[in-house]
Amino acid sequence: MIHSLFLINASGDIFLEKHWKSVVSRSVCDYFFEAQERATEPENVPPVIPTPHHYLISVLRHRIYFVAVIQSEVPPLFVIEFLHRVVDTFQDYFGVCTEAAIKDNVVVVYELLEEMLDNGFPLATESNILKELIKPPTILRTMVNTITGSTNVGEQLPTGQLSVVPWRRTGVKYTNNEAYFDVVEEIDAIIDKSGSTITAEIQGVIDACVKLTGMPDLTLSFMNPRLLDDVSFHPCVRFKRWEAERILSFIPPDGNFRLLSYHVSSQNLVAIPVYIKHNITFREGSSQGRFDLTLGPKQTMGKAVESVLVSSQLPRGVLNANLNPSQGTYTFDPVTKMLSWDVGKINPQKLPSLKGTMSLQAGASKPDENPTINIQLKIQQMAISGLKVNRLDMYGEKYKPFKGIKYMTKAGKFQVRT
Amino acid sequence: MDYGTFQLPLLFMSSMGHDDLKEMLDSNKDSLKLEAMKRIVAMIARGKNTSDLFPAVVKNVACKNIEVKKLVYVYLVRYAEEQQDLALLSISTFQRGLKDPNQLIRASALRVLSSIRVTIIVPIMMLAIKEAASDMSPYVRKTAAHAIPKLYSLDPEQKDQLIEVIEKLLADKTTLVAGSVVMAFEEVCPERIDLIHKNYRKLCNLLIDVEEWGQVVIINMLTRYARTQFLNPNMNGSDKTFYDKKAEAPAMAKRKPYVMDPDHRLLLRNTKPLLQSRNAAVVMAVAQLYFHLAPKAEVGVIAKALVRLLRSHRFTEVFVLSSCRYVSQGMFEPYLKSFYIRSTDPTQIKVLKLEVLTNLANETNISTILREFQTYIKSMDKDFVAATIQAIGRCATNIGEVRDTCLNGLVQLLSNRDELVVAESVVVIKKLLQMQPEKHSDIIKHMAKLTDNIQVPMARASILWLIGEYCEHVPKIAPDVLRKMAKSFTNEEDIVKLQIINLAAKLYLTNSKQTKLLTQYVLNLAKYDQNYDIRDRARFIRQLIVPTEKSGALSKYAKKLFLALKPAPVLESPFKDRDHFQLGSLSHLLNAKAGGYQELPDWPEAAPDPSVRNVEVKDSVRAVGTVIYRDTGVLWQSSEEEERKHERKSKQRKSESESESDEEEDSESESSQTESEDSESEAEVKKKKKVLKKTHFKHSNMNICMYSCQCSFISFQAAESKPPSKPVKKDNKKEKKEMSLLDLDDCNSHANMYRPFLHLLLCLQTISPSSALKSYEMLHRITGEGLSVEYCFSRQPFSPDANMVAVQMQFTNNATSDTKNLHMEDVKLQSGMRVKEFPEIELLPAGEMVTAVMGIDFCDSTQAANFQLCTHTRKFFVSIQPPVGELMRPVFLTENEFKKEQGQLMGMNEITEKITLDVKCRNEHSIVQRVITAANLSRVPCGSDKECRFAGRTVTSSSLVLVTVATKEEGAAKLTINCEKMVIGTMLVKDILLALTQ
Repeated sequence: MIHSLFLINASGDIFLEKHWKSVVSRSVCDYFFEAQERATEPENVPPVIPTPHHYLISVLRHRIYFVAVIQSEVPPLFVIEFLHRVVDTFQDYFGVCTEAAIKDNVVVVYELLEEMLDNGFPLATESNILKELIKPPTILRTMVNTITGSTNVGEQLPTGQLSVVPWRRTGVKYTNNEAYFDVVEEIDAIIDKSGSTITAEIQGVIDACVKLTGMPDLTLSFMNPRLLDDVSFHPCVRFKRWEAERILSFIPPDGNFRLLSYHVSSQNLVAIPVYIKHNITFREGSSQGRFDLTLGPKQTMGKAVESVLVSSQLPRGVLNANLNPSQGTYTFDPVTKMLSWDVGKINPQKLPSLKGTMSLQAGASKPDENPTINIQLKIQQMAISGLKVNRLDMYGEKYKPFKGIKYMTKAGKFQVRT
Repeated sequence: MDYGTFQLPLLFMSSMGHDDLKEMLDSNKDSLKLEAMKRIVAMIARGKNTSDLFPAVVKNVACKNIEVKKLVYVYLVRYAEEQQDLALLSISTFQRGLKDPNQLIRASALRVLSSIRVTIIVPIMMLAIKEAASDMSPYVRKTAAHAIPKLYSLDPEQKDQLIEVIEKLLADKTTLVAGSVVMAFEEVCPERIDLIHKNYRKLCNLLIDVEEWGQVVIINMLTRYARTQFLNPNMNGSDKTFYDKKAEAPAMAKRKPYVMDPDHRLLLRNTKPLLQSRNAAVVMAVAQLYFHLAPKAEVGVIAKALVRLLRSHRFTEVFVLSSCRYVSQGMFEPYLKSFYIRSTDPTQIKVLKLEVLTNLANETNISTILREFQTYIKSMDKDFVAATIQAIGRCATNIGEVRDTCLNGLVQLLSNRDELVVAESVVVIKKLLQMQPEKHSDIIKHMAKLTDNIQVPMARASILWLIGEYCEHVPKIAPDVLRKMAKSFTNEEDIVKLQIINLAAKLYLTNSKQTKLLTQYVLNLAKYDQNYDIRDRARFIRQLIVPTEKSGALSKYAKKLFLALKPAPVLESPFKDRDHFQLGSLSHLLNAKAGGYQELPDWPEAAPDPSVRNVEVKDSVRAVGTVIYRDTGVLWQSSEEEERKHERKSKQRKSESESESDEEEDSESESSQTESEDSESEAEVKKKKKVLKKTHFKHSNMNICMYSCQCSFISFQAAESKPPSKPVKKDNKKEKKEMSLLDLDDCNSHANMYRPFLHLLLCLQTISPSSALKSYEMLHRITGEGLSVEYCFSRQPFSPDANMVAVQMQFTNNATSDTKNLHMEDVKLQSGMRVKEFPEIELLPAGEMVTAVMGIDFCDSTQAANFQLCTHTRKFFVSIQPPVGELMRPVFLTENEFKKEQGQLMGMNEITEKITLDVKCRNEHSIVQRVITAANLSRVPCGSDKECRFAGRTVTSSSLVLVTVATKEEGAAKLTINCEKMVIGTMLVKDILLALTQ
């Protein structure tokens, strides 16, 4: 299936290549570079590029292109999904997935790629199995290895692959047994000029960090499972149990993993946590424009709105912006015309505002488009959909684990049209 | 840690010719070798040629250090193809590896051996693959499956032999192998669809537990399979004329009403939960399966899942959107808003979303969509604006009601400052006007004025064409426009020039008085144009319209030629008609056939024989390593009946949740199988085996032991993996074989991870096949008016409440009509007892069977639980009374613990009975079996072979129940029961007594 993989950095250098079948010359990437040139922005490179003998399927993550070379028919999503899994694995191993990190750990990277694919078909992609095969580098281990000459390759061959639960390694032992669950919800919304909601949906995930000894069997139940409209699970979750009882029953992988992603049914009204009053105007004939923005909290259930970041792509005609924030700092990049305002926490008593003027190209006609405003924010200790975890039970092991649940709401693709 | 590699100056590396590396590889120190290998691998990664090091590297293939070895493998796989002769040096190492007792070493040897593409070793590879295909370990078999396509690409002539191996592996019952072998099947012999028949149901049932990548491959293959084996489910629908023209053929009319093949249904049902996979590729695979195979009414389920995928990474989004475009539009309607465009989306996504929105537009939602489009027009991304205008045009043509609104909107855009926007609008307006020109002469006038400003050739050409075509509607303006155009003719683009000539010709024909001279002038200019198309056109038109002596015949028809009524264009998406490619495939995305694309066959006219998928009950040993996690099949069996049983089983599992049964690994299972196969096995044989096993344990990797220990609780009721039903008796012997497998239940509360494996051994020896669970009748089918209910105590922990006994009920509808809303009501219990009702069964079709599980807390008494079983029409009074043996659950005790506990339960708590054993029940094995059948206890290891000990705890109060059967000569025996609860003890004595003496 996957013939070869090339990693290409932002400046167009191929800095890693790996072949699972016969070697494919790296000149095949020229087709990719061609397509890259044609695309105005990096995001616009088509995901599949046909060449005379091969097909190139690529993903862009962390400013690195992962280009897979395919020779025959294969579901493109299969390859795309696999490449993402590769990136996730690198991130898991090295903390970051940058060119430098990959170059520094090139041997581990190579060993990982070797294990992940056999003859182009995925072999071991579960991080728990991989970590048994190839230990992730840590500073301590690197030092020890340098001194003693020992290796990163696991001495013991993994058993997980052979067990009932391939995602969990065996013989897990912790002195502190703990299981943490983060319920993170993102609001995707489009708000129109007048402040009414055009579309709003909530997408949520439950990320877990489970460090439990042995083979625990967990069940997680919700107070209001009906809220969840569409869910997708980690393979460890038992489908039928969810269908019958709306309970998540699973033997967790060891460590960090995403248990569940969900979508809150669109029938429910979505609470919009902030409102924006805006007045962005350009006058015909004048080289000045007015910019006036005020933010305020709305439907936050008494929780503070934090880490607010407002950004907006101003029209091309804007030369500079001279603004005055009541709190936080703003930057305007005259090249990309990107205005961003780091607001921080919203104080309901004193609403943050950003006011001032924009200077336009002299003589040019007024821009006929209005910028849209993107908002990022965080609200701690609240899931905006109202989803609540009822209880978490553990079977199969005797000890009492420490359990923790955290809620958080973020803005996803939150856009205000002006 | 690869510090060395990047700090070394390039010059140094190349000029030294890798001499230093050679030296390091030749040294005795593993650390130096490792360092050298790391540098070499880093060079390979950067695409540097290191083939000159081959001899030095290949020597280290037998190195003891695992990491060095691994890196040497990496090197070997990369360069063996180029240095075939030298690579042969390494082969013997792998051949040795293939015989290694450790399965993982066997697997990795096979992996590397099959990866070095050296033609000479094809026979060796073939042999290795064949051998590995029947390896004990499923992991090795998986590797064998992976090796098949490698060998095939190396030497396609081996195809026939490889197909044999594939056939063998397809019959494998483990989830680990399934995905890989189907992959091999797809690459080597996708045309041999006949190989799938026998494995079809198994694959469907295993699917949910196969790893994600295997799922994708299997689903795609099964889609193709289903297209050849089943009938089109949309054939006899009310809308057949739409979907299938063939359905109208007279032969079809006689067809019986369509009934879906149960196997077709099985596939649809088993893939549906996978729509909730986290893996986008799996979701897409299921979506395409539904799209191609499901009845129209059911395809809708995929919409929600596809919309969810839009949230993932960008390229996934692009891909899903481009697939969404083709899928029937109606099903995405509820998700309209999910396709709204954000200014931050990249252009390619914007355009795709626009496409979907346009497809979704209909009378009811068009106003919202148009309002949304209006905001898009103000976007800064001009390409996107142009696409939006086109989309508006398409909406307007598709939906007559909004045509005027759209036109007005577009006309307003004509005054937009951006030329591109104006131009695009003109082009679209032109197309729209063609539909009803008479109503819109003012728009045409307006556009005529635009010719002064608009410079985009396509737009100018469109305006000119419009004016020419409808010159009768604008009789005054048209000649004026021609005048202006004649003036600027020489400076126009070619397409504009052509339209000027057209306009001139049309005007000449309708209004020759005013325009005769102008036309002559234009034609004269055109005559000397650089472009020969234009010269040709001018010449042609002159001959046609200007009457001369020669050209009389045609010129009579000139008016008809030029001013014929032209049909309005159909505005449609450039992406139409890709139906012939399988959705979600590479070919579909590119709209071109990619190499290796398997055509999706048309539905057959008549269904092929469905019985080919029936499988006889095989006498074969059950494959080891079958994994059951997500509620799929336990044992793969055949025949309809078994199948249904199987389903029931899975349902039972779901509610009990704690039932990851698994089997032993490798050698153990083998020996235990053979051992328990024959219940009268002689002690001598046993001993031999014991010895054998022990040695095996020593040899095999410690991992295996660890693995076995991990499955901490060894349930004695192997039979539990066997649902009760009549067919069990039919082939008792075979059943026994299967039942004898260990039911390792790692979720038991008494998990004890690191129990010394001696215990395990002990258990392995004493494990006994017990008979099937006894089932009791709750409702006879005569009293139940066709509904019959049987129940049994499944002996699985009831997960929602540990204090409850799980009761598995099996509902059979023998009536001719469906039964609906099966549920419980009016539960009457003794004080203290509790019931957890089973979830309501909404529909039980006639002739079908369903199982459900309920939990009852009997409070350690044998009082019956009475309740009413209600259907949508009737209520039946029923009761469940447990035998005392079911009120307990097994616990694991060691011999010492047992003695200690027994010591504390003396006196009143001890009941002793002297018995004479039944003639057939004088050996240890059958005693164990009978006791365990009578009561849910587990065996306690015991040093003496005269005694059998069992332990359990009552479900509610967790009081210990200890049973000892001490045998003496001539079938005499002493039964001792120690239990805190005297009532339980007394009753249990009776039951066990009965079991042992009859």
